[in-house]
This record gives sequence, C-alpha cells and structure tokens, in this order.
Amino acid sequence: MIERDVEFGASVTFDSVSKTYGAVKALSDFNLSIQRGEFVTLLGPSGSGKTTALNVLAGFADATEGDVRVNKKSILGLPPERRNIGMVFQNYSLFPHMNVFENVAFPLRLRKMSQAEIKKRVGDSLAMVQLAEFGDRMPNQLSGGQRQRVAFARAIVFEPSVLLMDEPLGALDLKLREAMQLEIKRYHKQLGCTILFVTHDQGEALALSDRIAVMGEGQIVQIDTPDRIYDEPNSKYVADFIGTTNIVDFERVSPSRVRFSDLDVEFELADSNKNWGEGRQSISLRPEKLHRDISPSDQMIIFDGSIEEYLFLGNIIQYSVKTKSGKTLLFQEHRGPSVPILARGETLKLAFSINDARPLDEGTHGSGLA
Amino acid sequence: MNTNRKITSTWLLWPALFMLVAFFLIPTLDILRASVYDPEFTTKHFVKLFGSNVYLEILWRTIRLSLIVSLICAVIAYPVSYFIVLRPRKQQIFFLFLVFIPLWMSVLIRSYAWMVVLGREGLINAIMIGLGFTDQPVKMLFTTGAVYIAMVQILLPIQIVTCYSAMSEIDFDLMRAARILGAKPWQAIRRVFLPLSLDGTVTGAIIVFMLSMGFFITPALVGGRKDIMMANLIEFQVNQLNWGFAAAISIVLLIATVISVFIIKRLAKTLTRRLVGGGSA
Ligand SMILES: Nc1ncnc2c1ncn2[C@@H]1O[C@H](COP(=O)(O)OP(=O)(O)O)[C@@H](O)[C@H]1O
Ligand SMILES: [Mg+2]
Repeated sequence: MIERDVEFGASVTFDSVSKTYGAVKALSDFNLSIQRGEFVTLLGPSGSGKTTALNVLAGFADATEGDVRVNKKSILGLPPERRNIGMVFQNYSLFPHMNVFENVAFPLRLRKMSQAEIKKRVGDSLAMVQLAEFGDRMPNQLSGGQRQRVAFARAIVFEPSVLLMDEPLGALDLKLREAMQLEIKRYHKQLGCTILFVTHDQGEALALSDRIAVMGEGQIVQIDTPDRIYDEPNSKYVADFIGTTNIVDFERVSPSRVRFSDLDVEFELADSNKNWGEGRQSISLRPEKLHRDISPSDQMIIFDGSIEEYLFLGNIIQYSVKTKSGKTLLFQEHRGPSVPILARGETLKLAFSINDARPLDEGTHGSGLA
Repeated sequence: MNTNRKITSTWLLWPALFMLVAFFLIPTLDILRASVYDPEFTTKHFVKLFGSNVYLEILWRTIRLSLIVSLICAVIAYPVSYFIVLRPRKQQIFFLFLVFIPLWMSVLIRSYAWMVVLGREGLINAIMIGLGFTDQPVKMLFTTGAVYIAMVQILLPIQIVTCYSAMSEIDFDLMRAARILGAKPWQAIRRVFLPLSLDGTVTGAIIVFMLSMGFFITPALVGGRKDIMMANLIEFQVNQLNWGFAAAISIVLLIATVISVFIIKRLAKTLTRRLVGGGSA
C-alpha cells in the first residue's frame, strides 16, 4: 500500500542525477538538497530540464544515473503511486468526468479511507482554497483560477511528503497569476509542506521562493535565496536571466587597475579590494544601481553617456544610455518632482559603486552556456 | 454582429436540411403511410407481422445478431484502438491506414471474398485438408457463424476508427495525475481512461448496431436459409410486390432500432457511473 510513514513535509535530495533521452542530456549531474518545509523553485528557460527533474522525482522518468531520496530514503525503486508525492500539472489535469468533490476525493478513495474521513478531508481542502461550495461542479464549469485551486486541493488533500508544481500558473492571465502567487504563498505557510516549484518566470520565482535554483542545460547554475540571486548572480547566464541587467566588459591593465572598455574609463582598486574581479572579464550592473547625483569617492566609477531613448515603467523611468565607446546601457530612476526627465540626446555623467558591480563567470560553470 | 453571423451561418445548414427532408423524412413518412393505407386505412400488415412467430423470430434474430456483432466489434476494437493510440504519431497514421484498407472495397465484394475463403473448396478447407487436419471439407459457408465472421470483419474498421478518435482526445497527463495520486496502472485505466473512452466506444457500437440492423447482402450471401434477417425479408416482400407489408416491416425495423439504441445508451450511462463510482476503489 501507500507509504504513510513519511511526514507532511519531507526533505528531498537529488544526488548526481543524470537523465538522457537518446542523445539529449536532459539532466546531467544534477544535485539539489531541499530542506523539510522549504519552498524551492527551479527556474530556467524551456528545455533546461526542469520538468525532467520533477518527472524523475515523481517516478514518471527513470534516472539514468544517480539517486533521489525523500527523507533520506531512496525512492527510485517505487512506482509513482507509492511515492506519496503531490503534483499540480500545468494544464491542471482535473478528471473531466468527475465533479470537484470526486476529483479531490480520488487520492483518498485509493487510500481506502472511510467515507466520513473522506468527507471531512475534502471539505477541509476545498475550504482552504475557498471552494467549499463548489463540490458539485464539474471541472468544465469552473474558471481557470478555480480549476487551479481544485488541482491544488487535490494535490495536498492526502498530505504528500512533497508538493511538485510544474509551471502551475502558466495558463493564467497576469492579474490572476499574481493573485494565485499570493495564495500559494499563504498555503505554504499554512501547511508547512515541502514545495518544489517550476517556472520560467523570474518574477514568480523571486516572489515565491525560499531558494531559487537557476537551471541551464540540465544543471543548476546557481542556487540561492531570491535576494542573493538578484544581487549576486554568479554568472552571465544568471545575471541575464534574473531581472534586467547590463553586462559590461572589463580588463585588468595592472594588478590594481581595471579598465571598463565598454564605458571608456579606468578605475584604481583600493588596497582592501585588490582581488576584485580576479579571473573575470565582465560585470553585471543593475539599471537601478546607476546614479546621476555624483558624489565622487574612491568607490565610485564615473563615465559619460548620452540619452538615446526613454521608457515609462509606471513610477520608474528607464533610459537607454549610449557610452562613449558605443555601448548601450539601461539606467533606471524613480520619478519625482526633484528628478527632471532627461531628453533624447542630452549628455550626462553616470556613476556606480564598485560594490554594486558583480563580476561574472563566463558560462554556466564552464559548460559553455552564454 | 453576433446575431448577424448566426443568421449567415444558418445558410450552411440548408443543403443538408433539404437532403434530410427530401430523401429521408418524406420517404419515411411515405413508407409509414404505405404501411397503414392499402389502399384504405388498415392495420392488417402489422397484425400479420405480430401474429406470426416466423416474423417475430426474424425480428428477434436480427436484433440479437446486431447486438452480438456490435459487442464483438467493441471488444476487439477497444484494445486495438488503445494499442494504436499509444504509438508515436507517425505509427498511428500507419496503423490507421491498415485499418482503413478494407473500407475501400464494397461490402458486396468483401462478402464474396468470404465465400471464397469459407466455401467447401475454399481457402481454409484447402489448407486444413492439405495439412491433414481433416479429410472431409468442413461446412463453414452458409452457416450463422459465417454471418458473424463476415459482419464483424466488415464493420470492425468503423468501430476502431470511432473508438480511436475518442481515445486520442484523452489527455494522457490525466493518467499520470491518477498515478501520482495513488492509482496503480490498472486503477488509472479503470477509473480514468475507461470512463473517458467509453462514450466513443458506445457511439461506435451504436453505429455498428444500426448498420447491422439493416444488413442484407452479407447474410444473403454467406448465411444459411435460416439466417434470414429483417432486411432480407423486406427485399423478399418488395420482390413479391407486397409493398404494404414491406413498408410495415420497415417501420417495425426502424422502431426496433430506435428503441434498442435508446436502451444501449441507458445501459452505457449506468455502466459509466458504476466505473467512476464513489464506493470502492
Ligand atoms: N520524453 C522525452 N523524450 C525525449 N526528449 C525529452 C523528453 N522529455 C524531455 N526531453 C528533452 O529533455 C530536455 C529537457 O526537457 P524538459 O525537462 O521538459 O525541460 P523544461 O521543463 O525545462 O522545459 C529537452 O531538450 C527536451 O527536448
Ligand atoms: Mg517543462
């Protein structure tokens, strides 16, 4: 029968997992450790192996190499139905021939629970997703958001050890997606379950996760908390994928001096900062880290530019700035009464702190991704 | 705008509607008229039909044969369709092509082909005698069994295609969902795939059933003397110029078909509900 000894909220470990489909390496030496109750997101472009990782954990695909453990026990020998894992599919996968109640009761009936227990549990789950009154509806009588919530209720009603969600909000429109993000966050707090979430939307990953694992070519390129992933990307790949950023090339002209060729400036490193950017050739520079109120200090790098274009993003205005060497950078400012809007063609001096410039690895751990 | 489009699109139905009225509704009403006016109003044809065991037996035999043929077709077609739908897309097209090939030939030719295969000097007897299984030819042609074999073979592609198209509509992620929720493979099939594919199977079975009810070439060619069916009876009465009686038989056949289809649908609905059912897993 179904293993009931695992708790609601288990630890999960992928140990050097590889999965190949013919010549395609969907996962290669994939390592990931998820704590009990943690919310971890796999973030990466289409084809980077996110779904494959979930499929290996769920039992829909066999690992070619490596081990997967839930609560320190290998689950690779078990068929999907004995892994006690909850899963929310992108297209919801509600059973169209069953009403909402029966959909949610499905896993409980398979676990041979009593009628009373089933009624109570389904009732509780549906109440949690605010669909207590919808038990008699058929799936095709529900809106997208409601289906999503039923799928969620069905996935957690049997208290799985881990909850997997594969781009669960992909089919919803923006407003609904944002509302559902808040709800998922609330459910996670309420239930304390371990969640492995998959998305290609970096905003979603930043909003929801305890930790984000950025994936590229079947591997994790960086795994960290959202703020660290955003502030301290370890590679061009991650910096490019998360938020908007400027990639600026530099070179060492002497042990303590770097030259930003893209900005046409040189910068003397402070004695305490001699190792800065060693072995790297580019930095990530977030558009909001650029300033035009220049207070010269030994931390600041100052360069000239001219406004090419600007874009209103609500309370933020984003400029495209052309540097002297012809590189175009993005520069963002909050709008306000004391911040006049710059006109096209206007020249200006921009500055950023050396501490806000993140030196980057070239590929994804040298795997050649750019 | 919307109503405008509705009005325009109604036109598209008119040719079909015209065909239906001109070539189905009016003739049917005419047959109904012919069955009760001969030339004055009379019920004698129906009295004759229902008063004779011979005719009732033919009616019952027709219904039974049609039911059994559609059941056999459904049972064979289901696993075949499942097999095809599990193949990669390209192979699916290939297998469907194989299924379709017999449909290119007319029922008449396929019935004759069965005569060649099943006859006293036919293919099967020749092989069996050649291999020494028997020294006397076995009588297969002109038996009830021959009617079943030929009709199943002729109607099977229709059942397979209907069943397959229903199955190919099913989202296979649903099976995965069932598995991860705790269903063993057979439970996923029984609780999810079977109920979802049953509608298509029943639709196919009903088509096969209705076609069987009107079959007459095949029973006439490969069946025995006692394998006469309602359609053969109608043909015989028409040849005898008993128009009124032929019309009455036609009406009874039509009504029997409609009632049977209604009952089949009812049964299928109950069965689906049982399969989805609450109670046991
Ligand atoms: N069943 C499969 N057969 C063959 N190749 C597959 C299969 N599933 C995934 N792949 C390949 O593995 C790679 C990773 O796919 P996937 O895990 O679905 O990526 P993601 O979910 O990140 O978009 C892709 O190149 C994809 O084409
Ligand atoms: Mg995917």
